[in-house]
Amino acid sequence: MAKNLPKTGLISWLTTVDHKRIGIMYALGSLFFLIVGGIDAILMRTQLMVPNSTFLSGETYNGLVTMHGTTMIFLVIMPLSAAFFNYLVPLQIGAPDVAFPRLNALSFWIWLFGSLLLNTSYLVQQVPSVGWFAYANLTQKQFNPTHSVDFWILGVQVVGLASLIASINFFVTIVNMRAKGMTLLKMPLFVWTTLVTQVLLFLSLPVITVALVMISFDRTFGTGFFNPGLGGQVVMWQHLFWIFGHPEVYILILPAMGIVSEILATFARKPLFGYTVMVYSSCAIGFLGFAVWAHHMFTTGLGPWATALFSAATMLIAVPTGVKIFNWISTLWGGQIRFTTASLFAISFVAMFTFGGLSGIMHSSPVIDTQHQASYFVVAHFHYVLYGGAVMGLFGGIYYWFPKVTGRMMNEFIGKTQFWLYMIGFNLTFFPMHFLGLEGMPRRIYTYAGDQNWNFWNLCATLGAYITAVGGALFFINMLYSMIWGAKASADPWDGRTLEWSIASPPPEYNFAKLPEVSQLDDWWYKKYTHDGKRLTPPQQPVVDISSIHLPNQSFWPIFLAGGITMIATGFVVSANGVMISLIGVALTVASTYGWAYEEP
Amino acid sequence: MSESAHHFQTSTNIENRKFAMWVLIASECFLFGTLIANYLINKGRSIAGPTPQDVYEIDITTLSTFDLLMSSVAMVLALHYCKEKDLRKFQFWTFMVVLGGLIFLGFQYHEFSTFVLKEGLGLSTNIFASSFYLLTGCHGAHVTVGVLWMSSILVTSLIKGKEWFNSDIVEVAGLYWHFVDVVWIIIFTVVYLFVYV
Repeated sequence: MAKNLPKTGLISWLTTVDHKRIGIMYALGSLFFLIVGGIDAILMRTQLMVPNSTFLSGETYNGLVTMHGTTMIFLVIMPLSAAFFNYLVPLQIGAPDVAFPRLNALSFWIWLFGSLLLNTSYLVQQVPSVGWFAYANLTQKQFNPTHSVDFWILGVQVVGLASLIASINFFVTIVNMRAKGMTLLKMPLFVWTTLVTQVLLFLSLPVITVALVMISFDRTFGTGFFNPGLGGQVVMWQHLFWIFGHPEVYILILPAMGIVSEILATFARKPLFGYTVMVYSSCAIGFLGFAVWAHHMFTTGLGPWATALFSAATMLIAVPTGVKIFNWISTLWGGQIRFTTASLFAISFVAMFTFGGLSGIMHSSPVIDTQHQASYFVVAHFHYVLYGGAVMGLFGGIYYWFPKVTGRMMNEFIGKTQFWLYMIGFNLTFFPMHFLGLEGMPRRIYTYAGDQNWNFWNLCATLGAYITAVGGALFFINMLYSMIWGAKASADPWDGRTLEWSIASPPPEYNFAKLPEVSQLDDWWYKKYTHDGKRLTPPQQPVVDISSIHLPNQSFWPIFLAGGITMIATGFVVSANGVMISLIGVALTVASTYGWAYEEP
Repeated sequence: MSESAHHFQTSTNIENRKFAMWVLIASECFLFGTLIANYLINKGRSIAGPTPQDVYEIDITTLSTFDLLMSSVAMVLALHYCKEKDLRKFQFWTFMVVLGGLIFLGFQYHEFSTFVLKEGLGLSTNIFASSFYLLTGCHGAHVTVGVLWMSSILVTSLIKGKEWFNSDIVEVAGLYWHFVDVVWIIIFTVVYLFVYV
């Protein structure tokens, strides 16, 4: 059935298995949810602008705080990183596509449908309101009798499945599909951080999968995994959640670290400083990331041994992270730095991430952590790493690779304006939260009394959020403006170092007319320049008969299979006929699996 | 049936699907690791009975374990004869894998129904029961997927005959099947035998 599908139009996007198109869809989807999560944030900050505000009810605020965290993590940073994996990994390793193109499409559709399922909760006014880490026993049926928690469980479960499938796909792609001559230590650093991220994903996601099934069982079948009245333990959830949740933190930051490494090397016109050490540091971060989960739980009373060990492991993880920061600085040192929007975002990543890292090291001390726990100091900390860090890095990546994807440059003036609004707005919002936290303001409260010295900094934080919102609006204006009126981009507008810059902007559907061969790190750069900096004439892409290049066929099965899987989950949040819907989902899943298996790829 | 059957020269010379199965197995180790840890933590925390000692029937479980181990042997032979392109023997041993899996599932059905009906141990009776059913049920679901997979291979082979000796697919299914078997050996030891320690 998939032989003669159109190459343009809606159907071509629904059936595509091209990693570049899937990457674009991931990016558009996650930017949409960036707006959604951003609106959540603006509403919350408006509520907290002044004491005793009645702009939002406590219930609404709880829903917003939960959905803001869940959206930004699972529906913005992870899929936006996935957009970069999709678009760039095959290009940077010199491959025609990923190892499993149809599985790649499946991941995207499952992610999209799962995100929609989670957000359907708004339409039926059963918004999850248990916080993004959904601590037990707030999730038990007696405390949350509506389907709101089920929406959260199933949304995260379905989105997690998408990430699991994608992680296996990208791990195999990177290890198995590299161009001739590209040994592991000749891969661009972004590919390396992506590789480590995939390992973290496929090892940590099964843990949250089990934990989510356990709450589902508690809620649906009356088991007592997290119910002390039946012999279960509340703290068990925290362990399972953070065994996933802490590697997740590195899943969010590692891709941005890779992006920033590429940008800084390009705009300093120098090789990345200490490339090999950067690779080892990324691996060390990935490894240690599994050994520090209980530092989220110091106040649960783990006992002196566990507390000491987790504290030490947490301090240890600062070493590879610090190594990276020094390497980025050394990359810039003595370089011919060009301050484009992309490099500004990348440099600000280093600075903001260092801030967040420093407050992170403070938390590794259980004594200090006990004071900070559940206060605004923690909110400040993780926004510095995830927003000042990951999101800034990802924005840098968008400005850097936009010309490659669209064939047009993004507007630098609007871009730099956005950057400065973001920088000022971000710091105005989150730096005062350190003070608020130390003055005892707890996180997740929907309002506060006016006599606690919190008024001024809360007002600042809210103003900062508004400034950021203007910056965000400028970003979307810039995207639209540049897409239509942006200057035409050449194949290699930034004088880049990696293989994606050796082919046209935007790249042809088949990527490389002839698969590249690589002899060293930054191979493309050394095709343009000798080692002492003299210009060479880079080789042109060879002209070949395009019809001789085999491309995988488009397929309807990924979207059908994703629909089936999501329907199974949907049955659990529908009160009447839920079983029916799940069973139809099972039928669709089975039928699509067989259709898929017997289809000619 | 194949995503990358166009014999793309991979960097490691390991076929993509086989590699992907190894990665999935790594992931599954953490899945079952979590379930087993959960069982070990919770088995003694029940507020009311029955306890593990009350319900386990070690003779029957030993028999079903033996059956599952033998199905792995059949799997090895099925792959061997697929590579040898011996259609009759390939189909026979594939059938034996399916049969072995079905017999194991039959044993599990017997075990669960005895626990529920005779011993009164439902899913939510106590925390031991919940953890036990979650762990062994998840394993049973994996066996079910394996049975469906191997039957699909058998049916494909019966339809396509000598044209279809896709040993890559059989090997990937085999990796999965052996992994599910190894997990059962761990479950048998940790869940059923540790009761006697």
